[in-house]
Amino acid sequence: MTKQEFLNALTEKLKGLPKNEIEERLAFYSEMIDDRVEEGLLEEDAVKDIGSVEDVASQIISEIPFFKIVKNKIKPKREIGGWEIALLVIGSPIWLSLLIGAFAIIIALYASIFAIVVSLWAVFAGEVGCVIGGILGAPLSFIAGNVAGGLLLLAGGLICIGLAILTFYACKIATKGLVKLVKLLGIAIKKLFIKKEKTV
Amino acid sequence: MDTQLKRGILDVCVLASIKNGESYGYKIIKDMKPYLEMSESTLYTILKRLESAKMLTVRSVEHDGRLRKYYQITPKGLGRIEEFKAEWKEVVAIYSFVMKEEE
Repeated sequence: MTKQEFLNALTEKLKGLPKNEIEERLAFYSEMIDDRVEEGLLEEDAVKDIGSVEDVASQIISEIPFFKIVKNKIKPKREIGGWEIALLVIGSPIWLSLLIGAFAIIIALYASIFAIVVSLWAVFAGEVGCVIGGILGAPLSFIAGNVAGGLLLLAGGLICIGLAILTFYACKIATKGLVKLVKLLGIAIKKLFIKKEKTV
Repeated sequence: MDTQLKRGILDVCVLASIKNGESYGYKIIKDMKPYLEMSESTLYTILKRLESAKMLTVRSVEHDGRLRKYYQITPKGLGRIEEFKAEWKEVVAIYSFVMKEEE
């Protein structure tokens, strides 16, 4: 890949970001490649040194705050005429509700991911409750003379210890996964906003 | 490593690389290479952060028919390095405490 190809591909991937942001990044990577070439590296190797376009673009996108991307999207490319403002106002019941809908979907997506993890932890808490109840309840049952009931409680408590241990590890994995997923989702949503630019 | 801690350390590394005179992107990466590997994207973010914190200033210089950005440290940036040295003593003290617990 030549330097120009790299920069073109990167520009394509970053479309939708603020213009000055893109230019500054391109200048930076361009300088980095030129300096390597000056040192005697082949252009192709210099580009390879920087990393894949996909990785570089993903990192840049993940670093730019979401609101900045949205702000850039909302910002009109040219002056808006009076009749356009009128149309915007008249059309607001439609586009406003669509916009709210889009954000609602994003929030719902996050909420449902969180809900899964929260419910897993709730299961864990329930099991811990059963363990305490079973272990504490068993001697009381024995004292009350209900041996069968006491044994049942004890067995239930012991089973719950096992389940709780398993659930705890499941919770840990799910929580770690959640953090990763939220991060990936953030990048994916940002990319969604950036990609839309191409069709405009 | 804890991201907050790492971030602070990398900032100081970049400041140290321009402590004795201005430098440019690729040279900073090369100078740090024997000690730590830093990607271009990471360096860009750090330089931006340090610039907005007024710990360094930037100027574009024409070089070989193209522009190259040079970064100079400010008194505030030098102050950050000194701060870091003092903080590091605390970290070392904590480290020896942690190691003592492991014995």
